[in-house]
Amino acid sequence: MIPTLPYLKETASQTAGPYVHIGLIPHQAGFDIFQNTFSNVLVSPETKGERIRIEGRIFDGKGSPTKDILVEIWQANAAGRYDHPADRQEDKAIDPAFRGWGRTGTDFHTGIYTFETIKPGRVPGRHGHKLQAPHVSFWLAARGINIGLATRMYFSDEAEANAADPVLNIVDPPSRRETLIARREERGGEVVYVFDIHLQGERETVFFDV
Amino acid sequence: MTESTVPTTEFFQRDHRIHPPAHTPTYKTTGLRSPRIPLWSLQNSLSEVTGPTFRPEEIGPLDNDLLRNYAQDGEPIGERTIVHGHVLDENGRGIPNTLVEFWQANAAGRYRHVNDRYLGPIDPNFGGCGRTLTDEKGYYYFRTVKPGAYPFRNYVNSWRPAHIHFSVFGTGFAQRLITQMYFEGDPLLKHDVIANTIPDPDAIQRLVALLDLNAAVPLDSLAYRFDIVLRGRRQTMFENKLQGS
Ligand SMILES: [Fe+3]
Repeated sequence: MIPTLPYLKETASQTAGPYVHIGLIPHQAGFDIFQNTFSNVLVSPETKGERIRIEGRIFDGKGSPTKDILVEIWQANAAGRYDHPADRQEDKAIDPAFRGWGRTGTDFHTGIYTFETIKPGRVPGRHGHKLQAPHVSFWLAARGINIGLATRMYFSDEAEANAADPVLNIVDPPSRRETLIARREERGGEVVYVFDIHLQGERETVFFDV
Repeated sequence: MTESTVPTTEFFQRDHRIHPPAHTPTYKTTGLRSPRIPLWSLQNSLSEVTGPTFRPEEIGPLDNDLLRNYAQDGEPIGERTIVHGHVLDENGRGIPNTLVEFWQANAAGRYRHVNDRYLGPIDPNFGGCGRTLTDEKGYYYFRTVKPGAYPFRNYVNSWRPAHIHFSVFGTGFAQRLITQMYFEGDPLLKHDVIANTIPDPDAIQRLVALLDLNAAVPLDSLAYRFDIVLRGRRQTMFENKLQGS
């Protein structure tokens, strides 16, 4: 027998299917079942930081907005610290009113997704690298997507930090970096970052194997 | 989770040979939804090795009991079934306190979903979703009815084998996984377009839950066992220490 190391194999991914909403966002499937539901609102009145809305659509290879995609985000708090034991930046405080995770689905009619959150602070890069520019991690799952797609959203008003970001800087050709940058808009006193994602096609978003 | 139980290191590189590629022409919906440019490989930073944590108080007492969590005037129709197993990492270690969510069709193969128009009837006593946190050893269980097979629009006569959808978090966002569990002995599995997007037959077999008579409740419920493996973390040795961790 050929000797093997005692590692297990990761469980294979399968599509989330057209009814992903039942399990993960049941109110969108059309019913309420849990006392406590997870949502696209990451903030409460006590959360520290600049309130922002993230909003966008997710386009398929023909340029049509998709209307059934699960979208999750994960981000640091306003100070640039993740609410997770692996983040040991003792000089930055955890915000007890901010987990940093949210989920929603693109709307069945408009295809629009939104998140109510705060702008994250900067977190360190890998050893030897500078601070990363503020960013939000995205993860998409849906019918027709065999394995969850990971990408990142950066902020258009952080040009200087973006130019020095260790992740943006390795994306080649540089023209593709634009696909990761959300456009800042102000609408009646509200700050909105528009982040459209293209699954395929000429403006295909950069997706990461993390 | 306490600091001492949560590893802080980066994850093993994902073995894509056991996962379906983005574009699988036999599963037609992937045609327009699959990125065509290779994924950009990213070494883990704090953003990837961290991820959301959930507290027991966020989960309701009936959330893992699909026989009761949507019951209106009785229990749902179908084979009473317990599904249980461990959430492990590739090092074989159980992952404690991690969120496991599941959803499924009812015994007739119909989902409680505004977009499902299949002929099979809605069961007034069945919602079809649940969730739980693993215990300190990574163990989870829930109670449900066995889902029915159902047709879907791919070829004119495409059917899904009985299956339960699973969503798992692990300890870092790069471990995030959605998959499907199948049932031992289902003759539809070898015809299933979705399961067969996976190129490795052994990886498909690992999605098949085995009948576990030892966990059945006599005169009450059958049981199936399904272990889920998420990516492992590297051991901390000489290099690659992540700044800020
Ligand atoms: Fe399904």
